[in-house]
Amino acid sequence: MTDNKKIILQIKGLRLEAVRGGAVIVDNVDVALHAGEVLGLIGESGAGKSTIGLSAMAYARAGVHIAGGSVEIDGVDIRKLDANGRRAVRGRRIAYVAQSASAAFNPSHTIMDQVCEAPMIHGLMSRAEAETWARHLFKSLDLPEPDTFGERYPHQASGGQLQRAMAAMAMSCRPDILVLDEPTTALDVTTQIEVLILLKSLIREYKTAALYITHDLAVVAQVADRIKVLRHGKEVEEGTVDGVLQAPTQEYSARLVAVRGAAASERAVQSSVKPDTILNVEHIDASYGTFKVVTDVSLDVRKGETVAVVGESGSGKSTLARIITGLLPPTAGSITFKGQPLPKSLAERSKDLKRTIQLVYQIPDVALNPRQTLHETIGRPVSFYFGLGVADVSKRTKELLDLVELPQAFLTRRPTELSGGQKQRVCIARALAANPDLIILDEPTSALDPLVAEEILKLLRRLQSELGLSYVLITHDLDVVHRIAHRTAVMLKGSFVAFDDTARIFEGPYHPYTEKLVTAVPVMRSDWLDGVLAKRAAAIAA
Amino acid sequence: MKILGHKPTGTAWIGLGIIAFNLFIAIFGPLFAPFSQSETVGATWDPSSAQMWLGADQIGRDMLTRLIYGARMTIGVALATTFISFFIGITLGFTAAVLGGWVDTLISRLVDVILSIPLLILALIILGVFGSSIPVLILTIAVLDSTRVFRLARALGMNLTVLEYVEAARLRGEGTWWIIRREILPNASAPLVSEFGLRFCFNFLFIAALSFLGLGIQPPFADWGGMVRENSAAINFGMLAPIWPALAITILTVGVNLVVDWLLSIEARPSGAQAEL
Repeated sequence: MTDNKKIILQIKGLRLEAVRGGAVIVDNVDVALHAGEVLGLIGESGAGKSTIGLSAMAYARAGVHIAGGSVEIDGVDIRKLDANGRRAVRGRRIAYVAQSASAAFNPSHTIMDQVCEAPMIHGLMSRAEAETWARHLFKSLDLPEPDTFGERYPHQASGGQLQRAMAAMAMSCRPDILVLDEPTTALDVTTQIEVLILLKSLIREYKTAALYITHDLAVVAQVADRIKVLRHGKEVEEGTVDGVLQAPTQEYSARLVAVRGAAASERAVQSSVKPDTILNVEHIDASYGTFKVVTDVSLDVRKGETVAVVGESGSGKSTLARIITGLLPPTAGSITFKGQPLPKSLAERSKDLKRTIQLVYQIPDVALNPRQTLHETIGRPVSFYFGLGVADVSKRTKELLDLVELPQAFLTRRPTELSGGQKQRVCIARALAANPDLIILDEPTSALDPLVAEEILKLLRRLQSELGLSYVLITHDLDVVHRIAHRTAVMLKGSFVAFDDTARIFEGPYHPYTEKLVTAVPVMRSDWLDGVLAKRAAAIAA
Repeated sequence: MKILGHKPTGTAWIGLGIIAFNLFIAIFGPLFAPFSQSETVGATWDPSSAQMWLGADQIGRDMLTRLIYGARMTIGVALATTFISFFIGITLGFTAAVLGGWVDTLISRLVDVILSIPLLILALIILGVFGSSIPVLILTIAVLDSTRVFRLARALGMNLTVLEYVEAARLRGEGTWWIIRREILPNASAPLVSEFGLRFCFNFLFIAALSFLGLGIQPPFADWGGMVRENSAAINFGMLAPIWPALAITILTVGVNLVVDWLLSIEARPSGAQAEL
């Protein structure tokens, strides 16, 4: 349908290499983007999708350089332009929306200053015109108080608002092409859907062509016309959204699609739960200073059971994990563990109590000491809690590596020599080293790519059934909840709004907030977002 | 060739060469020094000759011999001082960062009090009261210098102690000393090593300054700062005598700084910027 339109961005034979060592980052990738069209670039981390996005502006990150290929915008190869020539193109013809808007804004200038900068530098508008246009964009992006929003400094706006302000900044020169680099990844599901709707309408209204970079197939299905699947810097396949989602031709894309599809089909969790309660949290309150973050929360976990706690960021779910581990003593309420009252603060707990409750962190990169080998990292809890000799510690460490399906040769490696998924396995092995009864999983898969996350979930389930572990799973990802949680608690502003069997939570009737959460998760159909919008319109009309 | 896992730059090699040469002289120099350090072999401020390459000092001792012995004394005292200063500073700094609360407040305010008094004046008072023997000199400068090291170590420790792997160690029930030694120290070593080079230079100049004022290393031991002072009057007669020890101080300072600059540049590798094509 877009064939008759002219091609606005044409990248041919793009090749990027590391400056040192010459490793190939992107290998011979072609991109053809028609005017007004949205092309989704999808792949796991390291697939080269952000690198391609930046190359569309003839820009490469530090340590990487464009080694070959051409980048034509409207027929002009911008790689052949000098620095001034490229500067004239950037922002004006092609603009970039970064993944983390909060890190991309300069904290010491107002948002208006930053949005107006580009059109003024390019000599397109006077300050007054630029401000009028910016207010118009703020309004169409549904930002609060569009007339005065620009006077705010970045810290005075929320993450979702900044992401939209960033889109306004990108649109300030009315470019022909937008490069959207994971614009909703850092946002909560409920915020993500709002930003997604607005981005989509913005692109449609101004008929801007866009490269939409993401790792989430369901998200890209809502906004893109075509999808290009990338892996290890090479193109896997390209096709229309429905084509790729329904009939992927390559094995890799099929796996990507299947991972998302599996969630819906795999709700039943085999139950090996024993009736005895292992952890009982009763009417807990907690606060940071005078700010109350958790109010009257009660939770019980049985032996061999997974209890999920879901909610948006700021709902207090991670605080709950800190309370159970003893890092944040609660101000009211009581906790019982294996029939015994659990001391509130970590210092009061015996070494053995500390051993029986273990924590696995969200971001494995910072959860492992970069200067310690796996042998030290995993072996330390073994020698610390059980006082074993050197030979026994080595033997046990190897067993633990087997248990998390890592080769024993990894013992001498350091975390920097591992991938994200492998690091998370090490974190799990470190927790298992203590022979715990309860493991608290704080967003264990949210920093990982979908296929890797899938493997970690499988591992967690296998370990649970083999070792009879209990899990408390903190997450914002309803997919994960479906797949491993026996029971689920929905948390909002520090309290539980629902706590029941996972199946029953998602069957409905929902609490209004649960419904909001459930309906905000993108479904892998290209018409899902339009359906949501139609439903909303109907609700407003009624 | 790689040092600390990185390839030194050209200037770093020059610095490393200077340091290696100075260390070699400090350790083995007396073996091949032409005379003994307190032996009078010529007349006051004799010019350079075949026997005395750099001439004689104010009481006719061989300048080259004094420089060689001075290297041992000056570098040895500065190294010992810096090691002690780092041991005190790092231990206190990391303890303050890890324990926080009143421990941190107590140590930090004590350090602030010491920092509020000019170091040289404080050192002069202490050395004036206790007399300037080498152990007193080393301990005095080490304690005063450790306040600077404390500031850096505490800041580094504060950044590291909030990381999740340190929290994981706390959750496991590890003691403070273990956390400092195994979780924090290895991850703070790069900035501390480069700071060590800088503080070594400062201490070395500080000792030279104290010797110049007459409260540093006492005769008959040779040290470069003291030699500048003893021979300073020669300047009035247009003679080179005080230039030699001053030059030795300059060269070693520059050498250490070249290496430190290189070490700092490793840490501060650009993560953004300079990325055009």
